[in-house]
Amino acid sequence: MHDKTIAELATGLREKAFSSRELTQHYLDRISRHDPALNSYITVTADAALAAADSADQAIAAGVGGPLTGIPIAHKDIFCTDGVRTSCGSRMLDRFIAPYDATVVERLAAAGAVCLGKTNMDEFAMGSSNETSWYGPVRNPWDRERVPGGSSGGSAAAVAARLCAAATGTDTGGSIRQPAALCGITGIKPTYGRCSRWGMIAFASSLDQAGVLSRSAADAALLLAAMAGFDPRDSTSADEPVPDYAALLDGDLAGLKIGLPREYFGEGLDAAVAASVQEAVKRFERLGASVREISLPNSPLSVPVYYVVAPAECSSNLARYDGVRFGHRCAEPKDLEDLYKRSRAEGFGAEVKRRVMIGTYALSAGYYDAYYLKAQQIRHLISDDFRAAFANVDVIMGPTSPTTAFPLGAKTSDPVAMYLNDIYTIATNLAGLPGMSIPVAPADGLPVGLQLIGNYFQEGRLLNIAHRLQRETDWHLAAPPGLDD
Amino acid sequence: MASVSDIDPPETPDTSSIAMALDTSAVAKIAHLARLEVADDDLDGYAAELSNILDLVEQMQRVDTSGVDPMAHPLHMAQRLRPDRVTEADQREHFQQHAPLTEDGLYLVPKVIE
Repeated sequence: MHDKTIAELATGLREKAFSSRELTQHYLDRISRHDPALNSYITVTADAALAAADSADQAIAAGVGGPLTGIPIAHKDIFCTDGVRTSCGSRMLDRFIAPYDATVVERLAAAGAVCLGKTNMDEFAMGSSNETSWYGPVRNPWDRERVPGGSSGGSAAAVAARLCAAATGTDTGGSIRQPAALCGITGIKPTYGRCSRWGMIAFASSLDQAGVLSRSAADAALLLAAMAGFDPRDSTSADEPVPDYAALLDGDLAGLKIGLPREYFGEGLDAAVAASVQEAVKRFERLGASVREISLPNSPLSVPVYYVVAPAECSSNLARYDGVRFGHRCAEPKDLEDLYKRSRAEGFGAEVKRRVMIGTYALSAGYYDAYYLKAQQIRHLISDDFRAAFANVDVIMGPTSPTTAFPLGAKTSDPVAMYLNDIYTIATNLAGLPGMSIPVAPADGLPVGLQLIGNYFQEGRLLNIAHRLQRETDWHLAAPPGLDD
Repeated sequence: MASVSDIDPPETPDTSSIAMALDTSAVAKIAHLARLEVADDDLDGYAAELSNILDLVEQMQRVDTSGVDPMAHPLHMAQRLRPDRVTEADQREHFQQHAPLTEDGLYLVPKVIE
């Protein structure tokens, strides 16, 4: 059952080959058996899942089910889930029970999806390896001594290991795409503003975006359709109609113009990763696409710009964690200042503290212009590079990550080395464009991701391009060994 | 309450080489602004790590951005406005059920006023 596509599962439920209760129990059993070795879940909501499955079975029996009714999914632990712990991977929120559902959670529940639980993640979404979580690292299902990528490492590992049919994630600098690449699955980060951020714990408000991790573009299309759309509760929500993504999947690719940025194929890119990416691009040529080299000249500045903008915004967003109204409070505070300082020092891990401090510094008097303002100016240039490129191509492709999954602990002592994992994904967030990663041929037995970047609100096109490749190839069907039972 | 001027700004910041290495006293001031307690023994470690990050960021200074508008929002959206009417329901009790310490609907903290 766990190898079926969401559409196949929906058919199975409708034709009563199995019930949602049986399907949900199946995933819960797999989680009990396999997750101790992976640590992809922080909280499993078994009783609530089975109750939701029963409701779904009733809806299906009454003939009012939809494409996601009864389908078991997981939510990254950054989305508020009413009555359920929402930790954001942090000690700061270890005992925080969310008093409401995030819009994305609400919409997927309204579509009938069953929530199996909350997945592990880098603390406050800051990380590229899922090693900064208060709940311990997540392990890559393809090699348990390697990282799954981050910050949506739990969602990526759970989907790859088939411990849920699909999962939600968030992507601020690559946190859906990079773990999708390292775990051999499909991940999509839509255009900034496409999905509501209401109830999605904020890291960097001008960069954060909700998205999907799944085993195929077709599956992602179903979830994204339910999640996307204007939300008056999110002041940055885009008032753009949501296309019928599923209906767009099979469009012809003849005449598609693909751009390969020369800056994404230079130094630092692993040769085997480059070879897999080039092989996939050739498949697109066989489907009728044309390929040309393009340039995004300000790309090399993406990482420095991001590591000013994101920490600056995070230092502001994380100011709310002060031990007063919710979250961790230190024991026996001497005075108010002590309450703030010790609650925060105890509640936050090292990477979060580093970023809060860098952000505080970058925004402080005397440094704001040289750092934050400068970064926002370069951000404009980076965005203009994409605008110029999209005048000549329909989609931009390249590697998602410079390497395959690296060993646990390999980069934890050098924050800057860790930051370079996002070198190809960050510019997309700075510009607010939609991006996807899909699995292509593995390198040395480890997954490799191909990144696709589209123009604003072109998620349907990206899903279509990815789906057409997945119709011709079986890279996305590969599953990590040892997890079949 | 400490103010933003606690970190002494240069008279005219030398933008040709902004990222001087941070020393422990700069880290202590930043930690105070961020309301993070940092043990004295840890200041050196943070100074080194933060200085490395600033070295990364230093690359920005190579680009000429004169005349470029800063980009704060990917879609250049303006803040949406709505009528000035109360639309939220009072859910104080519901939201306070997981608060660290409350009394009569108020959040309790150590005494502030001397």
